[in-house]
Amino acid sequence: MSSKESILQKIKQNQPKEPIELANLEPLKQTDVDILEQYKSVLKGIGGDFVEVSNYNEIINFVKQNFDTNKRILTTLSELSEIANLDWTKDDPHSLQDTELMVVKAHFGVAENSALWITDDLMGQRVSTFIPQYLAIIVNKSDLVAKMHHAYERIGNQEYGFGTFIAGPSKTADIEQSLVLGAHGARGLTVFLME
Amino acid sequence: MDSKKTIPHSEAATLFNKNKERVNWHDETLWFVREKRDRSAYQIPEWELLRETASKIKLNVLSNIHDYLVEFETNAQKNGIIVHWAANAEEHNTIVHSILEKHNIKQMVKSKSMLTEECHLNDYLAEKGIEVIDSDLGEYIVQLRNEPPSHIVLPAIHLKKEDVSETFHKHLGTEKGNIDPQYLTESARKSLRNTFLTRKAALTGVNFAVAETGEFVVCTNEGNADMGAHLADVHIACMGFEKLIPQRKHLGVFLRLLARSATGQPITTFSSHFKTPREGKETHIVIVDNGRSEQLGREEFRNSLKCIRCGACMNTCPVYRRSGGHSYHNAVAGPIGSILAPNLDMKKNADLPFASTLCGSCTNVCPVKIDIHDQLYKWRQVLVKEGYTPSAKTIAMKTMATVLANPMVFDIAGKTGRFAMKNLPGLVNNKMNKWYDQREMPEVPEESFREWYKKNGKATKGKKDEQ
Repeated sequence: MSSKESILQKIKQNQPKEPIELANLEPLKQTDVDILEQYKSVLKGIGGDFVEVSNYNEIINFVKQNFDTNKRILTTLSELSEIANLDWTKDDPHSLQDTELMVVKAHFGVAENSALWITDDLMGQRVSTFIPQYLAIIVNKSDLVAKMHHAYERIGNQEYGFGTFIAGPSKTADIEQSLVLGAHGARGLTVFLME
Repeated sequence: MDSKKTIPHSEAATLFNKNKERVNWHDETLWFVREKRDRSAYQIPEWELLRETASKIKLNVLSNIHDYLVEFETNAQKNGIIVHWAANAEEHNTIVHSILEKHNIKQMVKSKSMLTEECHLNDYLAEKGIEVIDSDLGEYIVQLRNEPPSHIVLPAIHLKKEDVSETFHKHLGTEKGNIDPQYLTESARKSLRNTFLTRKAALTGVNFAVAETGEFVVCTNEGNADMGAHLADVHIACMGFEKLIPQRKHLGVFLRLLARSATGQPITTFSSHFKTPREGKETHIVIVDNGRSEQLGREEFRNSLKCIRCGACMNTCPVYRRSGGHSYHNAVAGPIGSILAPNLDMKKNADLPFASTLCGSCTNVCPVKIDIHDQLYKWRQVLVKEGYTPSAKTIAMKTMATVLANPMVFDIAGKTGRFAMKNLPGLVNNKMNKWYDQREMPEVPEESFREWYKKNGKATKGKKDEQ
């Protein structure tokens, strides 16, 4: 008998005989918060920044003013071609290691934890949101939801190879509980909240 | 680690308590994390409903786990993932090694996986000539020091920044005496970035595996699991079979609870959903039993398999906070470790269910409502029955039973005790008396409650009746 068969057999024999019904998640969805305000305050609280913009030109100007445009800036959005390179998505992912800033778009954001949902079709490459020194993510204000339950309602049966929630910059407190931003991933996260 | 002699929890705790200042610091640091958890939980009005829902989902999983596992494997395979099954630690290690061997890989980067600690994978691979680097900062620190993690979420919580500074000075050549966490983290970032960029294989743990979709979720704050997995040719994900959840939407419940319970954050920085391998790359999942199916069959203890490894029970435990993770001589320490460990090895871990005051704080903070302190109490009974407790304890308990069952003997014992504490304090306030360790004996009352009641009981009762 293979290990699979013997494990499954033992589990079948030992698991509780009475099946227990699945819980109803609907009552957890109730909410009366101001989604945009909560999103902003939670993001600030976990070390992220936001900028409210009404078009891509404002994003271009912000990047020009706040980042060194001589360094490598990449994006998946053609609207940003003036400040960022678009021709990298087929490259060896290791070659992205000198990226200063990556700008991508998220499907939506979650107010209760400021997480942004992004999948590989929006990332260009899976490593793209982890390897740059700084990360900027655009999300429409109309694409903010209240809680994680609404988030998964929205994801539904979405097909992706890889998807991730990103909440704030990469961080660690492993040295005596002192918070340090920029552990292995981005040192800073700017969220562009688009009208 | 198994070959090393195991020091019983109480002895290890005594050693840990030698440095009073440090114990107090350890205690306060973990309590600080517990307080962060509280603040975070109080912001969710439906927190208790969330815990109850999570508990129900996990109970459903345990009652259907056979079918969920089959469903998960089928869907993961459809997604192009290679699924392996390991009955025990040894088979798990052999499988991981065989994957590396097939690709002729000699170096691997690993993100946090308590399962691989449980299986002692690093030691096994080292013997086979394979170098493993742990990439979670806390794990990296303890690995450089040749120590196991002392906490499942905060692996280096027992160390001060001076210790880390010294370790990094020795291994990474950082400035001697520079204890700035920012500087030390930056040094590790540089060193590990090079590791991520050069490793062909990455191993990660699994926080949740979804039966419905065949995907698995890995949560980190540092981004180390993703840096490893997205740059490697081969991604190996190892999971105990209890990591399964039924459907994708259930992730919403657990991702709300996990980080809030662990560190008080609303969610970890990254919650990554791995569904298919990258084009031309390989993803493997190793599903491990290693005693879990047996625990599933122990009706009184099976609920321990609901655990999502948040560490809240450790941060709140007065014994853990004042004895340190290493005193539990098990990959998972603290209250939850103490109910999981006896299942793995009853003889070796017979001391752990006794490393508790049964205060119940662990049960109160557990996000999936495991009755941890009840299980600790039940394990004690099993261990005594099976004869795994020291004979001195058995004799003491039997004596106690005689005394408590006989009012006359109880009365005499009480009088003798009070007389001795008052007139011969040296008889009790000495090193032989374990209750005297770390604390003063209480002042001796003039009389026992029974004596007091004999005098005053009737009078009080009468007064009450008059009202």
